[in-house]
Amino acid sequence: MKSNYDVVVVGGGPAGSMAGWEAVKGGASVCILEKDRDIGYPVRCGEAASDLGLRQFVEPKDSWIAEKISGAVIVSPNESRVNVKFANETGYILNRRIFDYDLSRYASNAGAEVYTKAYVKELLKTDDFVTGVVVDHLGEEKKINAKIIIGADGLTSRIGRWGGLKTQIRMKDMESCVQYSVSNVDVDSDNMIMYVGENFAPGGYLWVFPKGDRFANIGIGISGKHSKHKSAKAYLDQFMEREFPDASILTTMCGGVPCGKPMRRPIKNGLMLVGDAAHQVNPMTGGGIVSGMKGGWLAGQVAADAIIKGDYSEKTLEAYPEKLRKDFGKNHERFYKIKEATAALTMDELNSIAENVLKIPHNKRTLASVFKAAVFKKPSLIIDVLKVLSGV
Amino acid sequence: MIKIIENKCDFCGTCVTVCPVDCIEVREASISIDHPVCIDCDLCVEICPILVLETADEV
Repeated sequence: MKSNYDVVVVGGGPAGSMAGWEAVKGGASVCILEKDRDIGYPVRCGEAASDLGLRQFVEPKDSWIAEKISGAVIVSPNESRVNVKFANETGYILNRRIFDYDLSRYASNAGAEVYTKAYVKELLKTDDFVTGVVVDHLGEEKKINAKIIIGADGLTSRIGRWGGLKTQIRMKDMESCVQYSVSNVDVDSDNMIMYVGENFAPGGYLWVFPKGDRFANIGIGISGKHSKHKSAKAYLDQFMEREFPDASILTTMCGGVPCGKPMRRPIKNGLMLVGDAAHQVNPMTGGGIVSGMKGGWLAGQVAADAIIKGDYSEKTLEAYPEKLRKDFGKNHERFYKIKEATAALTMDELNSIAENVLKIPHNKRTLASVFKAAVFKKPSLIIDVLKVLSGV
Repeated sequence: MIKIIENKCDFCGTCVTVCPVDCIEVREASISIDHPVCIDCDLCVEICPILVLETADEV
């Protein structure tokens, strides 16, 4: 580990690896610091991502994919099952352990230095600029100077907080989540299943994502607005007891998913945030793999350009939020509006939406048609639905 | 006062993100609350997915 780099990335998940990889490709010297002993572990994720999403950056490898899925089944409060085939898309349930590891290898093979068990303790500042970090690497404390720090340190982003960015999330926009990776379950291997309604998951949804060979990720996210009286775990345990009493839980994980509007300006002088740290999550689905990768990808490019220019000020880094907005930022704002409208639906309304959608012939039923029906109270949102879902 | 049932915690940091006064610190396998800073708003208790935090009477 050297004491000077152009770019230091804090966090070795997909967003951090993409940021480091792009910055090194753009000619910068890069170091990626991961606090845990392993890249890709522990996993805190439902592990769903789309083929086209991943393909923007990398060719998906078979070893990353636990199961391929061709559609979704949305289950209403009274348990009508609405099956929707993806139109032009294949979905994957990934093995994040292998996937994250490979992205880190790509960054490393391109020339980024990756360190594990490297815990950042402090953000260094000079005047109004972020200029480095203090890292505890295998018990040894080291000071690293950098021209740009990229915080890819997840939901709790201490880099963001230390840097003066508002990382706190409102309760209603925070999804409280638990997931079990379970074996000995008979699940539909061709679809992702989502249960909606306050009996299953108030202000969120409960998911069953197949991972092949009678194995699945079964999890739940409920809004912080509703988590006071009954915990996410209590809802999930109730479901497991009823649906899969014979399942063995091989992994239990919990966590929060930021489902608010995207952070508009995740930058300061010499600092950028990417991934969960910048709340780069689709607020309707809670999916953050692809948007986090995109955030990292864009930030890495902007960082490399800034290094060449020799200017690391917020003004130069402004190119990053501008690109974010043009890319998924605008769509995430649309998804947020749709989420707000659908979260307000009662169980009876959800049941009757399911009934109506089931009247659409299966070969004509799309995710767009489901959500067009779901925003019946706010017809102006139909345009937003078509903009974000028409290609899916 | 907020009490932590530490052996239950998965150190996911969800509580940290909703804390309005930034008084919770989660590291790789430890969690602590800066009690003098804590305002007992209970948001961390409410958001915890697995009920690690509890409201306890003053001791």
